Amino acid sequence: MAHFTKKSKAKPEISTASLPDIIFMLLIFFMVTTVLREQEVQVRTILPQAEALTKIEQKRYVAYLWTGPEKLRGNAIGDTKVQIDDAVIEDLTNIRSIMYRKLTEQPRLIVSLRVDEESEMGIVTDVQGELRKAGTLRISYSSRRDISNM
Amino acid sequence: MGVLAKKKKRAGAEIPTSSMADIAFLLLIFFLVTTTIDVDTGIGMTLPPEPDDTTPPPPVADRNMLKILINAQGQVLLEDLPSSVALIRNEVMTHVQNNGADSRYSDSPGKAVVSIKTDRLTPYNLYIQTLDEVWMAYFEIWDTEARSMGFANYVEYRAALEDITANEVRDKWPAQVSLAEPDPGN
Repeated sequence: MAHFTKKSKAKPEISTASLPDIIFMLLIFFMVTTVLREQEVQVRTILPQAEALTKIEQKRYVAYLWTGPEKLRGNAIGDTKVQIDDAVIEDLTNIRSIMYRKLTEQPRLIVSLRVDEESEMGIVTDVQGELRKAGTLRISYSSRRDISNM
Repeated sequence: MGVLAKKKKRAGAEIPTSSMADIAFLLLIFFLVTTTIDVDTGIGMTLPPEPDDTTPPPPVADRNMLKILINAQGQVLLEDLPSSVALIRNEVMTHVQNNGADSRYSDSPGKAVVSIKTDRLTPYNLYIQTLDEVWMAYFEIWDTEARSMGFANYVEYRAALEDITANEVRDKWPAQVSLAEPDPGN
């Protein structure tokens, strides 16, 4: 009987031998999901605030397009420019071919327009005109949540 | 003696695995901190397809079209009357929910169109505010509809949908926002 109790006392220890494996699994999960690729945005984009926001859940559908004053050396800002991926687009008609190529790769493409709030509608309309010609009709005006109303 | 010394040496050469968990934890914490699961939020729109010269756009009766015009100075013209951004939401809701009652507003929700026209020099910020108000009007209408169906709000209704394309609320109150070509700024 006494022998019995001794045995049960020794048992409740949980083996920590598999702990590193569990942690490694978690680690690998986060390593895989982490996106370290941070595109260098060469234009200033302070996004406008809005309420009626929808989330774009599927990141793989999204193509970003930045519009805003170009960042120059020493905090100065230049003319309003359009950037796609890593390149500043000088000729707006190039947007058509770039977006068309992206659309053939991803038919459900959503173009997220990250436009600086101080931009004028002229350039936004020009960009939209090019997007219409490319056939990328699903767009999203990227905006921040309006904090003052919460 | 010789046998014992050899055995001891061998035992010492083993790598301690007890700190393995700690190292893994440190790495884990690093990746936890650096991971950004930020979701892009924005106002979704569908642009009209490129105009086809052979097929003219379908005519929209004047009463079904709610015209919002924003000029370069940031002034708002609602149905040709001076207005403000704050008044847009109510106007859109009255327009869409009219059901033919008032001759100035739409025939039916299905026919109601909201048209936003800007100037080339209109500030983008103001355009987004206007668009936001228009969409908020639709969201409020959808919320009301979802509540009458026994849901807390539209978001909950949408989450409960099995088939995302069979959205009764949106079919009943379709959002038709049209972006008109802007006038050249002067």
